[in-house]
Amino acid sequence: MPIARSLRAVGQRSIKAVWRIGFAARFLAMTLFYSGTSFRRFQLIVKETFSSGVMSLIIILVAGMFVGMVIGLQGYETLKRYGSESALGSLVALSLVRELGPVLAALLFASRAGSAMTAEIGLMKATEQITAMEMMAVNPIARVVAPRFWAGVIFMPLLAAMFSAMGVFGGYVVGVVLIGVDEGSFWSQMQSTVDFQHDVMNGVIKSFVFGVAVTAIALFEGFDAPPTAEGVSGATTRTVVQSSLAILMLDFILTAFMFSGA
Amino acid sequence: MSFGKGKVIAVMGGSGCGKTTLLRLIGGALKPTRGEVRIDGQVIHELDINGLYAMRRKMGMLFQFGALFTDMSVYDNVAFQMHEHTDLPEEIIRDLVMMKLHAVGLRGTHELMPAELSGGMARRVALARTVALDPMLILYDEPFAGLDPISLSVVGQLIRKLNDALGATSVVVTHDVQESLKIVDYVYFIAEGVIVAEGTPAEIIASDKPFVHQFVHGEMDGPIPFHYPATSSYAQDLGVNV
Repeated sequence: MPIARSLRAVGQRSIKAVWRIGFAARFLAMTLFYSGTSFRRFQLIVKETFSSGVMSLIIILVAGMFVGMVIGLQGYETLKRYGSESALGSLVALSLVRELGPVLAALLFASRAGSAMTAEIGLMKATEQITAMEMMAVNPIARVVAPRFWAGVIFMPLLAAMFSAMGVFGGYVVGVVLIGVDEGSFWSQMQSTVDFQHDVMNGVIKSFVFGVAVTAIALFEGFDAPPTAEGVSGATTRTVVQSSLAILMLDFILTAFMFSGA
Repeated sequence: MSFGKGKVIAVMGGSGCGKTTLLRLIGGALKPTRGEVRIDGQVIHELDINGLYAMRRKMGMLFQFGALFTDMSVYDNVAFQMHEHTDLPEEIIRDLVMMKLHAVGLRGTHELMPAELSGGMARRVALARTVALDPMLILYDEPFAGLDPISLSVVGQLIRKLNDALGATSVVVTHDVQESLKIVDYVYFIAEGVIVAEGTPAEIIASDKPFVHQFVHGEMDGPIPFHYPATSSYAQDLGVNV
């Protein structure tokens, strides 16, 4: 009965998948419900902001610098063909603020901080720390999950902004300092083409949405991880894979709404 | 099964017999399919979440390997419930934490992180955290597991002394017959989810019930068989024709 067995396996997987989606939705709802407790004790959010956000700064700044330098180099080579080297500043800034800043910062955040969140909560579960907290009449969603969630959501736009700022500086170093594009055109073109509302704020909205997606996935995977070494390592891998795919998918949807026809 | 006020009661039995499940039922982490757990006149599984949390504030639980919060210092671990459930000023909390740590002999470790403690020390810090809010009921899940003889004796004595000092009730789920018989008032033996024997330590030691005798004396074979049941005979498995 190999067909029956296959059908049963498909059915079981489907039920498991639906159950997990339901559990994830309930988990996110509970996190939002208990967020008030976290905001009343803001030092918990500040502590998590340091461990997940501030500790990601170095990688974000270095990556932003190199990405900006690459855009500067590639952009100059392309624009030179059309005699538009002076538009390099616009190219660098728009690429970073609209797309690369939010997307790459979120991908790096998912790899650096998201995986750490999953591993930390998974290990807390495996070593009975979560159960101990419940037995001490402390809700782990309010005490452990919600502060991490808001730390990620608040800090993600800041990381994306820092990524973009460093990228613009990298583009400036390559374009103006090394290649010799006119400094005045570089900055004035950037100033005239980058619109605060349309470009910068839409980038901020994107990074905010990515922050919600990455931290929600990371925290859920950690909380749902089987309490074993394999369980935690599998959950960490799933966090990086699912977060990356979610970021790219959400980016397409948000770009379609924000910039199509603009 | 009943646990009287001021008593230290051991619950013993082989692995998988339901000892930890019993603790989870008492703590309200599981709901019983039949029967009820009643603490201080209240049926645990009938409480709503607020009622359950209020009840848990009157309980303490020591986990098998301590379950200390690894991102917090020893001080913060012991102070955790005080910070969460009380509005006491930090100076008072500090004094209380030092008193609890002093009671387990580890006042000098308050600045250390859990990773810097030995297994026995971690268990004692966890014990200080368990009694931080002077609970009326203390649950111990395998408190002697993995400890050296000195730590084992120290933890055993602390369980007794802390219970007497607090006037609490302690339920100790354990495999360690010799150590627990030294400190407890009463013993329950569980097998396959039911009570198979009970009595004071003296009655247990003198018991001629086969299960109790095997457990107390650590005999290899008996009512709990050495061999897991096999579907075929040993000779068949070896391919020997008899």
